[in-house]
Amino acid sequence: MQDIGLKSKNLSVFYGEKQAVKDISLDFAARQVTALIGPSGCGKSTFLRSLNRMNDLIPGAKITGEVWIGDQNILNPKTDVVLLRQKIGMVWQRPNPFHKSIYENIAFGPRYHGIRDKRKLDELVEQSLRKAALWEETKDRLHKSALALSGGQQQRLCIARSIAVKPDIILMDEPASALDPVSTAKIEELIAELKQEYCIIIVTHNMHQAARVSDRTAFFLMGELVEFDKTDKMFTNPANQQTSDYISGRFG
Amino acid sequence: MKARTVDKIATGIIMAVAGFIILLLAGFLAYIIVRGFGHISYDFLTSPPQTFREGGGIGPQLFNSLFLLVLTMMITIPLGLGAGIYMSEYAKPGRLTDFIRLTVEVLSSFPSIVVGLFGLLVFVNVFGFGFSLFSGALALTVFNLPLMVRITEQGLRSVPREQKEASLALGISKWKTITSVMLPMAVPVILTGTILASGRVFGEAAALLFTAGMSSPRLDFGNWNPLDPTSPLNPFRPAETLAVHIWKINSEGIAPDARDIAAGASAVLVMTVLAFNLIARWLGRLVYRKFTSSR
Amino acid sequence: MARSVEREKRSKHLTEEWVGRVYTLICVGLLVLTIFSMVYFVASKGLSTFFKDGVNPIDLFTGVKWAPEGEPPLFGALPFIVGSFSTSILAALIAAPLGFCAAVFIVELMPKFGRKVLQPVIELLAGIPSVVYGFVGLSVIVPFFRDIFPGQGLGLAAGGVVLSIMILPTITTIATDALAALPAGLKEGSYALGSTRWQTIYRIVLPTTLPALLTGIVLGIARAFGEALAVQMVIGNAPHIPTSLFESASTLTSAITLSMGNTIMGTAHNNALWTLALILLTMTFVFVFIVRWLERRSKV
Repeated sequence: MQDIGLKSKNLSVFYGEKQAVKDISLDFAARQVTALIGPSGCGKSTFLRSLNRMNDLIPGAKITGEVWIGDQNILNPKTDVVLLRQKIGMVWQRPNPFHKSIYENIAFGPRYHGIRDKRKLDELVEQSLRKAALWEETKDRLHKSALALSGGQQQRLCIARSIAVKPDIILMDEPASALDPVSTAKIEELIAELKQEYCIIIVTHNMHQAARVSDRTAFFLMGELVEFDKTDKMFTNPANQQTSDYISGRFG
Repeated sequence: MKARTVDKIATGIIMAVAGFIILLLAGFLAYIIVRGFGHISYDFLTSPPQTFREGGGIGPQLFNSLFLLVLTMMITIPLGLGAGIYMSEYAKPGRLTDFIRLTVEVLSSFPSIVVGLFGLLVFVNVFGFGFSLFSGALALTVFNLPLMVRITEQGLRSVPREQKEASLALGISKWKTITSVMLPMAVPVILTGTILASGRVFGEAAALLFTAGMSSPRLDFGNWNPLDPTSPLNPFRPAETLAVHIWKINSEGIAPDARDIAAGASAVLVMTVLAFNLIARWLGRLVYRKFTSSR
Repeated sequence: MARSVEREKRSKHLTEEWVGRVYTLICVGLLVLTIFSMVYFVASKGLSTFFKDGVNPIDLFTGVKWAPEGEPPLFGALPFIVGSFSTSILAALIAAPLGFCAAVFIVELMPKFGRKVLQPVIELLAGIPSVVYGFVGLSVIVPFFRDIFPGQGLGLAAGGVVLSIMILPTITTIATDALAALPAGLKEGSYALGSTRWQTIYRIVLPTTLPALLTGIVLGIARAFGEALAVQMVIGNAPHIPTSLFESASTLTSAITLSMGNTIMGTAHNNALWTLALILLTMTFVFVFIVRWLERRSKV
């Protein structure tokens, strides 16, 4: 089991003139879940999207600082983002399976990365679906459209899709906010399972969710990092007044 | 006058105008089809035209139009897709992109007769393709390309950003993402647009007068060797299309039944364009459903 | 071992990206090259009338006699220029009110019927080939004019009417979009003040959408200006400035259509036709810039 985490150093993100993320340094350990919380517009999603260079797609976005994975600063312009993103999975707020079959959704990535053998692919698809707790529900209709699945199933499929390319890190951007409570519970269980293998960074609006799933929590406000600590400590005895106000529901 | 009365009169006028337009359009379409329908027969659709006698058909012209359409699309689609992908996915906002956009806009507004003249000069004379299907197809490509670019761009922009991101986040290259994730999702839009564009190509005449030419050599429909000069499949032979034929018999036709032939050919042309329209709508909906459906 | 696999994969996707980038760039390059060579070739041919054949540009633009094969040859292109402008403006004068009424009908009066029937049918008109318009013009409109007006029926009026039907879709579609894009609050505010529908249309809708409506009209004129065969079939093709709408006339496009095939490349007559094409080309640029200017105004 590799022990690859991720480290940001003085990371700032600008959209044109506006600075959305201000000078953030954070350490994300392997095999841990770190939650990023804060009111909407506080820069937590922007920060998350910088970690796999997804913000490159947004015209006018500029990133400064460093993000280290092992001995590689991924913000270095020479970084090959294709190879980088293969090591970092991502899950979005709304489930976004490809408009392909369930099987193809999973097999698309690994096949591109060189696994051509049908048997190996089959195996990988099954393994990924099992890890995402979706195998039992889908094994009889692997070649049916992924869009026929329920929202919660689609989200688990998206998780399965990202673990199929064997990443070290998984980024989740409010993965359960579009789901019903039962599906949400399933996703949370899944996160607890997955953290045995991956470094998981999850953005969430839901403080109870952060408290339930994460080991560490970072509280963002207006693009700045207010507090970062063990989740138990943050939720029982925050060091900062603003954190305590937010957690107790006084704003946000 | 009272505001209410004015309102009533204005509403009345607008309703009347709308009614008039509907009648006009209905009359127009009905005229073309009714006038020409009686003249359409298997014989008319398959036999060659006559210069002096009655009973000429439009067989070779119909074939030329279809063949030219296929040739044009074979050139237009790859180029249009490429340029459309560039505009939607690679072009960075800035002066250069604005300039290319202006170029495409200007190109799409050039009169087709000017496109035809350009074809005459460059494809027929400079490149030496002569009056041929190939020259015609290139001219029609010039005429059609801006539309194809716009359609592709529209199609790609209709793909949700999350789909593109999902693929990129798996470590799939940008090019593979475009071709394997985005283009398939853009197919309904692109397909519909392409079929409508085909209708335009099928009916175009002005750009062809001086490129594909106004005459057809005697064709041997039993000879399918594309290199043979009498083969219908030879792209380097001159070819009069259906639309050009209609123009020609209207302005210089001397066969006694020239008017009837023009009417029949017009009806065929309009019905084909109608069919293209209907197919585009139907296929667009079908493919859309196939891609998004819960099977 | 692992390293080399890594390297191999790296080069594979880099090659792929490179191929994609180069391919799309070539396509765009060809597109830009096409337009440049088009302007270059038409301009070099068209300008040779002035530089090689020694025709005075003023004579060309103001001369009323077109006799390129005469002795001495005369290259007065004014009849064509007048013909092109008058047919396309006439077409716009007919089509603009019709298109506006159709748009109001579709958006305000009977949206259901309008969107389901009228709009698709009008859009269908846009796809009908121009030779078919020419044919119908020749067999319906021309005889109709011949019966009720003096002359042969061929002329500017017939050209303008045929063109007006051809540009009706352009004008209607743009007007419909503009009316439909109007914020609902604007109209409701007017109704709330007790205005009638017509007052609202006249005082609120028309002024706010005017730039967009004009855009549609200019695009329509541009299309009419460049249309060749439909006009050529019904206008009569006499190369002079007519004194009546029902007298045979010519346009830039009709002159090119008729004579280009019968002249020899490089002769003064042929070059003069290219000059007409150059005028068409220049007008295209003018129309595009007017449309751009109007679009900027309608955004404000």
